[in-house]
Amino acid sequence: MEATTSNGKFKVIGTRPIRHDGIDKVIGRAKYGADYAFPGMLFGKVLRSPHAHARIKSIKTDKALKLPGVKAVVTAADLPEAANRLEQAGEMAINPHYLSMNILARDKVLYDGHAIAAVAATSPHIAEEALKLIEVDYEVLEPAMTVDAAMKPGAPILLPDLRNREEGDKQTNVAQHYQFKRGDVEAGFRAADYVVEREFNTAMVHQGYIEPHNAVGIYNADGQATIYCSTQGAFDVRSLSAQVLGVPVGKIKVVPAEIGGGFGGKTTIYLEPLSVLLSKKTGHPVKLVMTRSEVLRASGPTSGSKIKVKMGATRDGKIVAAQVWMAYEAGAFPGSPVGAGAMTILAPYTIENLQIDAYDVVVNRPKTAAYRAPGASNAAMASETVIDELAEKCGIDPLDLRIQNGVKEGSPQVVGPPFRRIGFIETCEAIKNSDHYKSPLSGPYRGRGVASGFWFNAGMQSSATVNIHTDGTASVVTGSPDIGGSRASMAMITAEVLGLPVTDVRPLVADTDSIGHTDVTGGSRVTFATGMAVYEAAQDAARQLRERAAKVWEVKPEDVELHDGVLSLKEKAEGKAPMTIKEMATKLARTGGPIIGRASVNARGVGPAFATTCVDVEVDPDTGKVQILRCTIAQDVGKAIHPSYVEGQMQGGTAQGIGWGLNEEYFYDQKGILRNTGLLDYRMPTCLDLPLIETILVEVPNPGHPLGVRGVGEVSIVPPPAALANAIYRAVGVRMTETPMSPPRLLKAILKKRAAEETQSAAAD
Amino acid sequence: MHAFNYESPSTLADALKLMKAHGEKARPLCGGTDLLIQMRAGVRQPEFVVDIKKIKELRELKFSARAGLRLGAAVSCIDIAENEEMRRNYPGLTEAAHLIGSLQIQNRASVGGNLCNGSPAADSTPALIALKARARIAGPRGEREVPVEEFVVSPGRTVLKPGELLVQLLIPAPAPHSSDAYLRFIPRNEMDIAVVGVGASVTLDGDKVKAARIGLGAVAATPLFAQKASESLAGKKLDDAALETAARLASEASSPIDDMRGTAEYRRHVTGVLTRRVLTIAAERARKR
Amino acid sequence: MSKKTLVETTINGEAVEFLCEPRQSLLECLRDVLELTGSKEGCLTGDCGACSVLVDGRAVCSCLMLGVEAQGKNIRTVEGLADGTALHPLQQKFLEHASLQCGICTPGILVSATALLNRNPDPTEQEVRYALAGNLCRCTGYDKIVRAVLDAAKAMKSGARPNRAA
Repeated sequence: MEATTSNGKFKVIGTRPIRHDGIDKVIGRAKYGADYAFPGMLFGKVLRSPHAHARIKSIKTDKALKLPGVKAVVTAADLPEAANRLEQAGEMAINPHYLSMNILARDKVLYDGHAIAAVAATSPHIAEEALKLIEVDYEVLEPAMTVDAAMKPGAPILLPDLRNREEGDKQTNVAQHYQFKRGDVEAGFRAADYVVEREFNTAMVHQGYIEPHNAVGIYNADGQATIYCSTQGAFDVRSLSAQVLGVPVGKIKVVPAEIGGGFGGKTTIYLEPLSVLLSKKTGHPVKLVMTRSEVLRASGPTSGSKIKVKMGATRDGKIVAAQVWMAYEAGAFPGSPVGAGAMTILAPYTIENLQIDAYDVVVNRPKTAAYRAPGASNAAMASETVIDELAEKCGIDPLDLRIQNGVKEGSPQVVGPPFRRIGFIETCEAIKNSDHYKSPLSGPYRGRGVASGFWFNAGMQSSATVNIHTDGTASVVTGSPDIGGSRASMAMITAEVLGLPVTDVRPLVADTDSIGHTDVTGGSRVTFATGMAVYEAAQDAARQLRERAAKVWEVKPEDVELHDGVLSLKEKAEGKAPMTIKEMATKLARTGGPIIGRASVNARGVGPAFATTCVDVEVDPDTGKVQILRCTIAQDVGKAIHPSYVEGQMQGGTAQGIGWGLNEEYFYDQKGILRNTGLLDYRMPTCLDLPLIETILVEVPNPGHPLGVRGVGEVSIVPPPAALANAIYRAVGVRMTETPMSPPRLLKAILKKRAAEETQSAAAD
Repeated sequence: MHAFNYESPSTLADALKLMKAHGEKARPLCGGTDLLIQMRAGVRQPEFVVDIKKIKELRELKFSARAGLRLGAAVSCIDIAENEEMRRNYPGLTEAAHLIGSLQIQNRASVGGNLCNGSPAADSTPALIALKARARIAGPRGEREVPVEEFVVSPGRTVLKPGELLVQLLIPAPAPHSSDAYLRFIPRNEMDIAVVGVGASVTLDGDKVKAARIGLGAVAATPLFAQKASESLAGKKLDDAALETAARLASEASSPIDDMRGTAEYRRHVTGVLTRRVLTIAAERARKR
Repeated sequence: MSKKTLVETTINGEAVEFLCEPRQSLLECLRDVLELTGSKEGCLTGDCGACSVLVDGRAVCSCLMLGVEAQGKNIRTVEGLADGTALHPLQQKFLEHASLQCGICTPGILVSATALLNRNPDPTEQEVRYALAGNLCRCTGYDKIVRAVLDAAKAMKSGARPNRAA
């Protein structure tokens, strides 16, 4: 099925134009947050905790303030108390009280790297020297680094005021317990011929954007502040900073700079309020940029987790029961994506009997933030490898088992109404029919694995304006920071609706004073929701163009049509020749003034996304190292507006998923100090670690969007860890239940299996 | 980064004068690919940084079939990797130099600097040990030579005394029917620090090993010469049994630690695996010479 | 604070003089002193390659070189790859192949790819991957980057020339 506009096939949508902001980015002119400089600007640095868990007894800043060049020092004493309630920010909920405590520690430090104070000085080197002169007296406490350690009786308590509904007034590290139930699990397992039960552990990982967090704050004498920063959501930076600083939202303007990657990690705030506080104290613009080590220690990675999955199937491959227990590391404050993990873990399958118990657990690690389909990759590592094992026991091709049990239109969701039109089964079939899956894989220690993934995608609020210029070109303005080429898509949607060449539409991302409220670039929502606002704003501009033409021709607006950039009468009339938008544009002043098309949406009709990934690996059985030979991803992308950037999302998410599966992990020592604080030992895939990543765009249009768009940004990261585990199993016969499946872990499993086989054959002799 | 003074002398004499004058407060700078990182982290805080890249003796790369190789301490890894004579005569050392960091790093870093940094995991050091390299050191009391396997004394510390500079590495000419190889294990395919590094040189006499040298990296507090493993091969055919023995002895010579790059157990195992593999490659190359 | 030194150098073909402290890296000098912010800071440890520049034709991490070491050197940054408004074939191919998403790694990758093609005008996929191994990209999975470099090499062989020797 091909989505179309009212006048037939698309002309612009589905083509691959050069992105409008591209040239600035290849010549080094594009301005990212750290590239901003202002006269008199000072440089800020942040003092961070060297302990995982400690009480702050005192902070002395006088020596630092005396260092020549130092202009100000701020601590938590400079911040007001913030409200203690949950607020939605992007895909994650944020509690301002805890957010404030994360910006600057109050009574306790809760992780290695927790911010304690910030300094502004005339050079970054002097600011750094000043940090060494701040004296902090700590009472070091025992840390709780894992969910096991934090959940056991007598565990060190991180937040004395934290309570949950089930434990009454007891101090706890468990912030939340979610439960989802359907049918009768016990009966389901009794009906199963095969039951697989496994326990999984996945390590904390980081989004790994190449651009560190940054902010320039400028506080004016009239109390107005401006923040320049690289963020996924300028409006979120504004509202969250306002809450932390205790000022009304209207006192802050946020200018979103170009952003060097975020993947969810730049949906919250760290440096932004500090830049404003320091600017207020000094009267100068203040720039703060994190080092890589600060990014890894103290921004928002995603949760490590412990997950137990039990699934049962009948001999003919019907999955009849599933039971899941899962606990996610929230970091120092509540709010892991375990709820999303729980709602995604079984989402691709129709299972009559299921129970899911999910726990959000605080540990002495940095507060987690969103990371591409937050919570879903951990979950899929567990469920999708168990599915693989069930398929093996049933003697059914793993893709066929998925197709047999897979959700389709009308299937129930774990929470919410039944699915509308979705393309899960289509992605499985696309892999099944791919050249990759049909090509034989031969050679020792080689194996092929498949896995699938689900992500909800998000709607939320967006605003857009479309301005018709006096020469008949247009600009489209949104509030969605462009992370992966979305400006091109906004221009393409505008061009499609107005019938203009895409080069005649200039897209731009505006600051918080220049466009209506727009939620975060996250949840794969920009092309869907902001795209919907743009579509409607362009329709609004088109309507006004028809009205103006009607005025010129002295007819009713409904008698005028706009096709391919040409305004004409539905029924031809003498002396009223069709007009191009360009010709009409010259007449705007005389017919009522400029045209601004506008729209705002709180988008409904979100179409969820599914992906299925196939990967071939070769394992070195003597070292446990995995090489990826070939990788293909099939994803339901709804309608691809700019296919190249859709492919880019699929490839990028796949690469991150591969890194997650094979080598990336937070490595803490016994005292809770992060050991791998650089990109040398936080091992993201290099160019040499990956093959070309083949993409199959499955286009099942989303019925909830006028152009069929569904979010494409996130789901690609979900299947790879499980697909790799399944491929490794076929290569060397071991079922991996931990990520990363790093060489030492894999070798250990291989040697264990070898030893078991030797014992067995010795016993048989 | 802390404040420091920078000098870039153009003669060895001037450099030595500066090194002597500033003693422990001075640190030579070559490629800077370790030093700048350490200064940023506050691990090293020299008050005087002496850039040695302009000094002729330190930039020399001279090979002769009789005298062997004189490799200036400041010769960049890429200059080694792109040198035909190096590739032909010392393929193991060349491949070690060619996998230190990225090309950006190899364009700046030197094998001399890799050694002076004193890391147990330096890639080029096991390759130098396998080649029986000697370090030529100049200082306030004249010159001295030290076998490379004795150069590093503990992580980050070397035999260099205040005022001394590593000038050159002296490597014997390859004997007939000999060659070398270097392998390291890393989790990714580039950019990582060695989890285990093994360098080997093999000299053949017909189908038997006349002499072999095995150098180990990242498996002890300093790079090691695996003497027992090396000597176990003398006079033997390089068959499975001989390889197995050498691998076991190399593993036994190691005393690795658990860290974020690998467990001790894993490192010991991989030491054996790489020893077997690297000896096989070196012998194959030696057969062709 | 130590005294500032005058450094005389050539940047993107122009003679440039600047003052810096010895502790300032070349990257810091380019960005904060000379306002050439095209070279990016990603890690300050030589692991991400976002700060790559050409020094006498070789790609180096400008975060691991002191500004004072630039004395007498010929430096080219991403700002110096195009000739006026004529893009370098690599830049053009990066746009055509959608090889950038966020674009933060792009300057460093273009510099590394320029160094590669200057030395090896006809690289294999594996050679491209090796040459770019020191440049981390987190958005693309490298697929479209590798394709663009191979395509640029092809274009340059059939006539599209880099507009200026790098």
